[in-house]
Amino acid sequence: MLPFAVSRLFQSFGVLLVASVLTFGLIFLLPADPARLVAGPSASVQTVNSIRHELGLDRPFLVQYGRYLGGLVRGDLGRSYKQQSGVSSLIASRIGPTFQLMLGAIVLELLLGLPLGIWAALRRGRWPDRLVMGFAFLGASAPQFWLGLSLVYLLAYGLNLFPLGGYGGLSHLFLPALTLGLGGAGWYARMMRSSLLDVLSRDFVRTARAKGLAPTRVIVRHALRNAVTPIVTMIGLDIGAFMGGVVVVESVFGWPGLGRLVWDAIRVVDIPVIVGVVIFSALVITLGNLLADLVQLVIDPRVRYA
Amino acid sequence: MKKPLGLTLLLGLTVALAQQAPQRGGSITVSYKDDVTTLDPAIGYDYQNWPMEKMVFDALLDYKPGSTTLEPRLAAKMPEVSKDGKTYTFTLRKGVKFHNGRTMTADDVKYTLERLLDPRTKSPGQSFYTGIQGAQAFVDGKAKSVTGIQVLAPDRVRITLTAPNAAFLNIMAMNFAFIVPKEAVAAAKGDFGHKPVGTGPFKLTSWVSGQQLKFDRNPNYFMAGLPSLDNVTVKVGLDPSVAFLSLQRGEVDLLGDGIPPAQFLQVTRDPKFKPNIVSKTSVNTTYLSLNTGVKPLNDVRVRRAINQAVNKTKILRIINGRGVVAQGVLPPLMPGYDKNERGYAYDPAKAKALLAAAGFPNGFETTLYTNSTDPNPRIAQSIQQDLAQVGIRVQIKSLAQSSVIDAAGTPKTVPMVWSGGMAWTQDYPDPSDFYWPILSCKSAVQGGWNWPMYCDKALDARADRADRMVAPGQRNARLAEYGKIFAALNKQAVWVPVYHEVRYMMKSDRLVGDVNNLVDPTHLINYERLSVRK
Repeated sequence: MLPFAVSRLFQSFGVLLVASVLTFGLIFLLPADPARLVAGPSASVQTVNSIRHELGLDRPFLVQYGRYLGGLVRGDLGRSYKQQSGVSSLIASRIGPTFQLMLGAIVLELLLGLPLGIWAALRRGRWPDRLVMGFAFLGASAPQFWLGLSLVYLLAYGLNLFPLGGYGGLSHLFLPALTLGLGGAGWYARMMRSSLLDVLSRDFVRTARAKGLAPTRVIVRHALRNAVTPIVTMIGLDIGAFMGGVVVVESVFGWPGLGRLVWDAIRVVDIPVIVGVVIFSALVITLGNLLADLVQLVIDPRVRYA
Repeated sequence: MKKPLGLTLLLGLTVALAQQAPQRGGSITVSYKDDVTTLDPAIGYDYQNWPMEKMVFDALLDYKPGSTTLEPRLAAKMPEVSKDGKTYTFTLRKGVKFHNGRTMTADDVKYTLERLLDPRTKSPGQSFYTGIQGAQAFVDGKAKSVTGIQVLAPDRVRITLTAPNAAFLNIMAMNFAFIVPKEAVAAAKGDFGHKPVGTGPFKLTSWVSGQQLKFDRNPNYFMAGLPSLDNVTVKVGLDPSVAFLSLQRGEVDLLGDGIPPAQFLQVTRDPKFKPNIVSKTSVNTTYLSLNTGVKPLNDVRVRRAINQAVNKTKILRIINGRGVVAQGVLPPLMPGYDKNERGYAYDPAKAKALLAAAGFPNGFETTLYTNSTDPNPRIAQSIQQDLAQVGIRVQIKSLAQSSVIDAAGTPKTVPMVWSGGMAWTQDYPDPSDFYWPILSCKSAVQGGWNWPMYCDKALDARADRADRMVAPGQRNARLAEYGKIFAALNKQAVWVPVYHEVRYMMKSDRLVGDVNNLVDPTHLINYERLSVRK
């Protein structure tokens, strides 16, 4: 297991490097002048030029990228053009809320998705099954922006059950986590359903039933344990999917996380912040996948990696 | 019925006093969608951070609330101006203290100006101040200090310009010239924007990134009776629709981003909300830029035809009527605005005739750039339809704003630009600010903001002469001259001036503040004059 983990760690480094080159390169090619945006409309061309020089934007791509990598090795992600603060400290101040949001969303996904999936599988073809599949479809296709605003309007403004947005305790967390997790809950329900149906049709389940075990015991001890393996992989992948979703959800709910940070940075072409957040997200995603693989290895020793 | 004069006066005075003395104390919450990037006055420069910087800092000069008239602020009186109009001597108000307790001196004025000129500060305002003698040498690194800024005494500072500039005092009232203490800038280690220290009516007491900023009253503020409020909380990250719900629930007192567009008509038509809404025409102009360096727009007849073909009223309907139709480049509140200017009337038949005269009886094909945020693509389509009526076939390129700015500032590239979202707004209330940065030869260059790429050296010379008319008695003649310059530009039809935006602010029932405090032409939001009903 250890050699596997080490080789995967090295792979992750490769992924990060590629992510940094791609983001840096794409922004370099972007038809927009960050110096002009920093300088604002009223600045003269000379001022724009002096700002471009101060930011090092008048250097060739390789020099700029090399400098950036040099900083990266020392753990320095550069300084924001707009906010002047260091990018690392900006990211550090926003990680907590984003992780809370992702954790909340995963918990809600599992709490909603797994029971629904099991229920649907055990009532296959009957109305609960159709209901759950309908919910899965809706959850997956509703735009998060619309979903978020609707939840705010109904549950926070209409029924006064939750705050209207902002950051705080569990009551603040619930609606954004639900918005982020609802689509995923549908996915989990579908996954759980098909995985359980698959396992239920296997020989060992038939054997267990034939032995005369109680149906609940068959499902809980034998079927579920086997059906849950793909779900673990899903959780790892989810972290990647969330990285995109948090941008929208954090904007709707005023959640002070990485998604809002990068959204604001994109608006003003604040390159160090954009690249910093992308590299950091790539790190989180690769680590998430790695963790999922390792956990799966523990749950199901039959899974082997080359 | 006749009332004794004395009694009437007395009654009037009592009423006036009751209105003028707002209740002291209390706090308000203001909401914004976007994060506040910085409160460093040398850097932060937009609708959102300007009024917050004004809470923390002061300039030597300021504007009378609700007006465009300059008055002294940190200066004890208006400066003494030399006969040649190049030298300004400021006397500082005595005993003004920074939030850190130190007394402000003339050295701080010199430091502030040199700091913003220093290229390492990366100030977007640098070029406003390069007219100070020796500033360019300092910017280029050829001098250690600016010769034109002399500290005469701890409370006297003299600023010498290379040429007279009638707008210089306006420039000294801009946020870039808000006085900052050297030691606080040094202590902030490059992050003064998050740890601002000034002389202003409020001090920043906490800033939780991405959540909120809190400002508390400066108990030692030098202006008697100001501010009225004890604290101001600025919440960021609130979607405008959510902020609107929060205001109705009493959690927010002022919508920093105004009424959310989706609810605009519903809210403004609801009589219930009438006392909560104030509005005023901004000192800005949204326009369609016509590139004089691109065929066939280089023909003035074609540009006039386009001016006559665009239906401005239709565009105003798209923005829910949040604007007034523009007749020329200058907005109505800008000094020098000519209220008799009548622009080009909507007349497609005349436009067709003009096109035929220019040799395009069947029209031509061209491209219009617009930023891709709603409602600008819809407005671009409206213009496209209007121009199709007279035979001009327009292809719309809808791009991210930063890309439009980049393309528009490249000569001979972009035929037409719809400026929505990038409209020109005053930096200070002087017509020169609507000439030099956007319509002069020196801005008609790569990376400049003169998108028509129009350059008329004779007009530049006239504007330059006008700017040298600094004596108070010459003011009206100068404004009249600028009026003529803009009339000449209007004849050249380098823009289709479309509308001047009307800004709407929405406040809670308890917040006391009128149009002069909430949509002030120069302060935008004048926090020090807001108060709450208890």
